[in-house]
Amino acid sequence: MRHIISILMENEAGALSRVAGLFSARAYNIESLTVAPTEDPSLSRMTLVTRGSDEIIEQITKQLNKLIDVVKLLDLCDSGPFIQRELMMIKVKATGSWREEIKRLSDIFRANIIDVTDSSYIIEMTGDENKLNAFIETIGNDHIVEVVRSGSLGIGRGARGIQY
Amino acid sequence: MKLSGAEIVVQALKDEGVELVFGYPGGAVLHIYDAIFQQQDVQHVLVRHEQAATHAADGYARATGRTGVALVTSGPGATNAVTGIATAYMDSIPMVVITGQVPKPFIGSDAFQEVDTVGITRPCVKHNFLVETLDTLAETIKKAFYIASTGRPGPVVVDIPKDITDPNIKIDYSYPEEISMRSYNPVDKGHLGQIKKAIDLILAAERPVLYTGGGVVLGDASDELTEIARMLNLPITNTLMGLGAYPATDKQFLGMLGMHGTYEANMAMHATDVLIAVGARFDDRVTGHVEKFCPDAKIVHIDIDPASISKNVRVDIPIVGNVQLVLKDMLRVLRERTDINTNLDNWWKQIEQWRSKDCLRYDRNSEVIKPQFAVETLYKVTHGDAFVTSDVGQHQMFAAQFYPFDKPRRWINSGGLGTMGFGLPAAMGVKMAHPDADVACVTGEASIQMCIQELATCTQYDLPLKIILLNNGYMGMVRQWQEFFYDGRYSHSYVDALPNFVALAESYGHVGMQVTQPGDLEAAMKEAFDMKDRLVFMDVIIDPTENVYPMIQAGKGHHEMQLSPQSEMI
Repeated sequence: MRHIISILMENEAGALSRVAGLFSARAYNIESLTVAPTEDPSLSRMTLVTRGSDEIIEQITKQLNKLIDVVKLLDLCDSGPFIQRELMMIKVKATGSWREEIKRLSDIFRANIIDVTDSSYIIEMTGDENKLNAFIETIGNDHIVEVVRSGSLGIGRGARGIQY
Repeated sequence: MKLSGAEIVVQALKDEGVELVFGYPGGAVLHIYDAIFQQQDVQHVLVRHEQAATHAADGYARATGRTGVALVTSGPGATNAVTGIATAYMDSIPMVVITGQVPKPFIGSDAFQEVDTVGITRPCVKHNFLVETLDTLAETIKKAFYIASTGRPGPVVVDIPKDITDPNIKIDYSYPEEISMRSYNPVDKGHLGQIKKAIDLILAAERPVLYTGGGVVLGDASDELTEIARMLNLPITNTLMGLGAYPATDKQFLGMLGMHGTYEANMAMHATDVLIAVGARFDDRVTGHVEKFCPDAKIVHIDIDPASISKNVRVDIPIVGNVQLVLKDMLRVLRERTDINTNLDNWWKQIEQWRSKDCLRYDRNSEVIKPQFAVETLYKVTHGDAFVTSDVGQHQMFAAQFYPFDKPRRWINSGGLGTMGFGLPAAMGVKMAHPDADVACVTGEASIQMCIQELATCTQYDLPLKIILLNNGYMGMVRQWQEFFYDGRYSHSYVDALPNFVALAESYGHVGMQVTQPGDLEAAMKEAFDMKDRLVFMDVIIDPTENVYPMIQAGKGHHEMQLSPQSEMI
């Protein structure tokens, strides 16, 4: 099962390496990982997407909690309703009749075209993982030049912030 | 007062109550060594290899419960220390290792004697720090000691760039009285509801077993454990790391369990209906094949580390907390119960039947010294009261099986990592902690050569250890596996070109003795231990064909032990 783990950690040099090192040392799988400082510059928020059985996920969360730099950890899939978002920038071939078609598809997916040449567009899109996957499938490999994705971010719904 | 970085390091150690540092100098730590030279409160012990500095600090910590301290230089000094750091990490030993580092402007430039110490040690430390500024140095050292010694203990590395220790730059020094870290809050008290549930389960058990490990020793919970075991008449077994937590000579003790555990301990584990795991982590050497482990048991697991719970084996009643506090709470609840029935007669009858297999029996009529006999003689001569360190292999298993430890912190060995070379430097650390006690290092001729240079440290600091070398001309455990599983193809397990150990010991100024006859052994050992101020290196020539039994082979369960040819005959 796919789990989205949100980690609040001390914004220290090497904190990211510790998490990455933990995963590689124990052969856990990282599908995507993104990290940046929060409104408190001493804290970073990391969102990690991993896949595994319930026992593996339980071990992963326990081992992450053991890291001295980790202040608070949340498995978003187990903590109530949450919102998942990811940013993608996709460079596509845009020539001939495809040019109009791609513009139409972007509008349908509520994406923005942020770069234009006479043979290409760069399309910027946010959404959950499924929406981004669907767009890539719709455009098709023949027209895709390059794809850059940020990895998923997650945040719990409602008024409460992450408690620590 | 205004102090330089080097002086801050030494003063911080003093303020932490550190009396002993094991170390080896080098360029990156010269300022620190200069500061050490100009004071008397913190004693420095010069080893002959950085690996020995970490093993000595480790042995010191295991024998006292205090945090061991090692000091090494950058680059090769730090990398030489990695084995000792990983050894401490696998056995959860509280240790602070201070490593020098190249000056900050040089970091990342492939400078002379530079390595990424923080990167290299990251997977084998509880935590590590690179000190970035002088004003964080004292607080970082305070944090290091706090992290190393609380919760599940472990080694912490503090990497200090040379320019931070510059003797010409001084700042106001103050050592924090207390430290709190929002990201680190070790759990202390166990959940009382879980404790009560566990007690209900234990009191209703028909075939309970207490399975206890190194956590009881690290958590100083030996007294509480002994009281509970006696109160409830429980059969009790220890892991390799837990030996001594419960008096081994007591009739309720089943012996060590696991791959080379006793028949009665392993059979009891297989048949138990309630397994009470205290400060043990269900390691693969103990469980045998996990699918076959304790098939009928409900499991209570008391441990300070939540990540150890249900990691290899799913447990039914987990209790996270400091083992001493949890057991104290259990005792309090038990004393208020009026329904305690300690009648386990049927279970004990079954256990006595298993005991009658005499699984540790060996040929006592041999003309060659048997390793089991050598350890039994050591026990007799030291009245079972010595501190015993060991290296890794057959001799380690024989020492664990044949020297019954009645007290915790007496049996000092590398269980988790299994580091050959650990025995001699660890014994140095133990002896410095307990100068008046008998300290014996049981070792093999392959293991002892890995840190043999430390005989010089023993000369310099007058450490009258007793080294009991069980010399069989092989890497015994490797040879045993090659005999069992590789049709006797002894690939590189014979130890060729052995030195004359007696002459070698004498060349360092110690006493060397070789013993070949069983009849001579006791008198020779007694003579060795009577020499209170000399290190005695006893080269005991033993039977090379002895194997360690019982043995649980790979893929087998506790009930599928291989017994010695002598025991099979019963």
